[in-house]
Amino acid sequence: MGYVAVKGGTKAIEASINRLTYDRLKEREIIEVKTIMATMRALVDQVMSESSLYSPFLAALAIKQAEGSMEEAVFIMRAHRSTLPRLYYSNIVESESMLVERRISASFKDIPGGQILGSTTDYTHRLLDFSLVSETRSENEQWIKQFMEQMEHEVATSGEVVYFPKVVDYLREEGLFVAHEPDNTSPTDITKENLSFPASRSARLQTLTRGQTGAVTALGYASLRGYGQVHPTVGEVRVGKLPIYVGHPNEPNQTEEDSYYIGEIKVSEVESFVPVSVKNEQNEEELDFEIGYGVCYGQNETKAIAMSILDQCLEHPEASFPTHDEEFVLLHIDSVEATGFISHLKLPHYVTFQSKLDSVREVKRKGENYE
Amino acid sequence: MNNTTHFAFFDEGSKKEIRRTTLKAVAIPGYQVPFASREMPIARGWGTGGLQLTLSLIGKEDTLKVIDQGADESVNAVSIKKLVQQTTGVEVTDHTEAASLIQSRHRIPEVPLTEEQILVLQVPTPEPLRDVEASEYVTKRLHAEEEYSGAWLLLFEQIMKYGKTATGADHPVYVNGRYVMAPSPIPRFDNPKMHISKALTLLGAGREKKIYAVPPYTDVTSLAFEDYPFAVETFAGHACHLCGATDVFLDELVDEATGIAYYQCNDTSYCIDRLNSQEQVEVEHHHA
Repeated sequence: MGYVAVKGGTKAIEASINRLTYDRLKEREIIEVKTIMATMRALVDQVMSESSLYSPFLAALAIKQAEGSMEEAVFIMRAHRSTLPRLYYSNIVESESMLVERRISASFKDIPGGQILGSTTDYTHRLLDFSLVSETRSENEQWIKQFMEQMEHEVATSGEVVYFPKVVDYLREEGLFVAHEPDNTSPTDITKENLSFPASRSARLQTLTRGQTGAVTALGYASLRGYGQVHPTVGEVRVGKLPIYVGHPNEPNQTEEDSYYIGEIKVSEVESFVPVSVKNEQNEEELDFEIGYGVCYGQNETKAIAMSILDQCLEHPEASFPTHDEEFVLLHIDSVEATGFISHLKLPHYVTFQSKLDSVREVKRKGENYE
Repeated sequence: MNNTTHFAFFDEGSKKEIRRTTLKAVAIPGYQVPFASREMPIARGWGTGGLQLTLSLIGKEDTLKVIDQGADESVNAVSIKKLVQQTTGVEVTDHTEAASLIQSRHRIPEVPLTEEQILVLQVPTPEPLRDVEASEYVTKRLHAEEEYSGAWLLLFEQIMKYGKTATGADHPVYVNGRYVMAPSPIPRFDNPKMHISKALTLLGAGREKKIYAVPPYTDVTSLAFEDYPFAVETFAGHACHLCGATDVFLDELVDEATGIAYYQCNDTSYCIDRLNSQEQVEVEHHHA
């Protein structure tokens, strides 16, 4: 007899785990963690983003262990995250201080500071590149050498660090966007506090940014396609590194200068411009623009854009679409929670099913009696 | 392992199938014909509908122009042009007059098109009723019953709210007195260019899997009320700072140093042609 649920659980689990290890090893190939880090940037970025833990090395390790399964890697990372003490909150980051690698606007051709295409697959043709089958280290070395030489000759470097203004500032000057005072109250930390509704915007943004890429994208898409009321234009997408500073925890009265630089994180940031109708002082309807905001770890522009759509949706909960419903969106986009509960269906339900079976049989029997 | 692509990327069967859909679209002006939209080597939503039309139509003798937002040199236009050229070897051009096939995103060229030309428009949302009805099953029935009160109501509501219609690009049009159609996201400015156009206009929505068409010399009227007539974007008082054109769609640009807005032709090839002919006149004048 094979696997019987009530007996032999220990042995069955042991055998199953052995089988899993065998499946990972049987081809007798080893992928190094550093290889994953070096060659699978997008996957590493997504895992870091969904697990809300910024560590390319740990994300790569999780990917290796999970044999490339996103949900499993995120699961492992989140579990690991639970073992880490949360010691400090960083100082507020002004994203104008981003060291920009890529910056585009879909709203204006000629944005102040210019558009920078940077590194993107957007304009590659998605044809399978069969030359990668026989890629060699020496060829790659050669390519890099040539590229670097070209850079040295063709690209002038300047000694100063350049920051880019936000596209929206131009429209703010024109009065098309409301200039809000920066809200620097401490955010709700959703990893330490249960999400309660209505959620604060900081809680919403945190939940959206750690949401599963696919889920956030799907709901953002639904909203854009007709099941929502947000039709944004991307004001600005930027990808780059943000320096993070932490103030000394025990010293009051310190200035910005006293803060410690603890490193930088790569993020994608999006500001979407959404036309909305508002009432003016005469109580007449007017058209105005609002901003939908999205930011996530690493380079994952789709997710950041989708997040900006959902941010805007959730700011307007009155619409009759689920994408404008805070609970619907925020409670269903989390990778660990969604895959966890879906996969729980694989657990034995013998008792519940037996009970349901009994009811169904009873009801059917009664039906027969009436005939 | 080397792999070479077929002429115009698709296999012949796929091209035929898309052409058959196109013929049906031409036969029923403004009607959205569903088709088995293929996965393309560019992103879904970046012009795969237009690209599939272009690839199914293009022959070795064709000359192709691709426009994105009025510009031939815009990144996505370059990318699409490159793909079509790599898989067909056809000639490409920036000159509107020289092109037999023009694929465009968001603009109809300023130069009037001819009977010899086909304009392919990339369409993101082919359904003009999507804003009033999210369900595809329902909108299809509304079209069948010519039940367009939703589209009219949308305009009416805008008038009630803002005192005028406030559509952006993609202002709905009535085609041949039967179907209400999304004219792709071209600005209102370009809507009148579709009316009794000499060229065939094909509209392809890859993600939404629809092809529709405006045959040459077909009635296209923008939805409007008698007392609130249809109006295009206004650039009154502005002229292109390069070529001086006034009756064209202009881009608003900002001088970084002064912060002052200035204007420039959106249709870059039109602008360059005008500059060239102005220069020629100057040269001739000078040497005369």
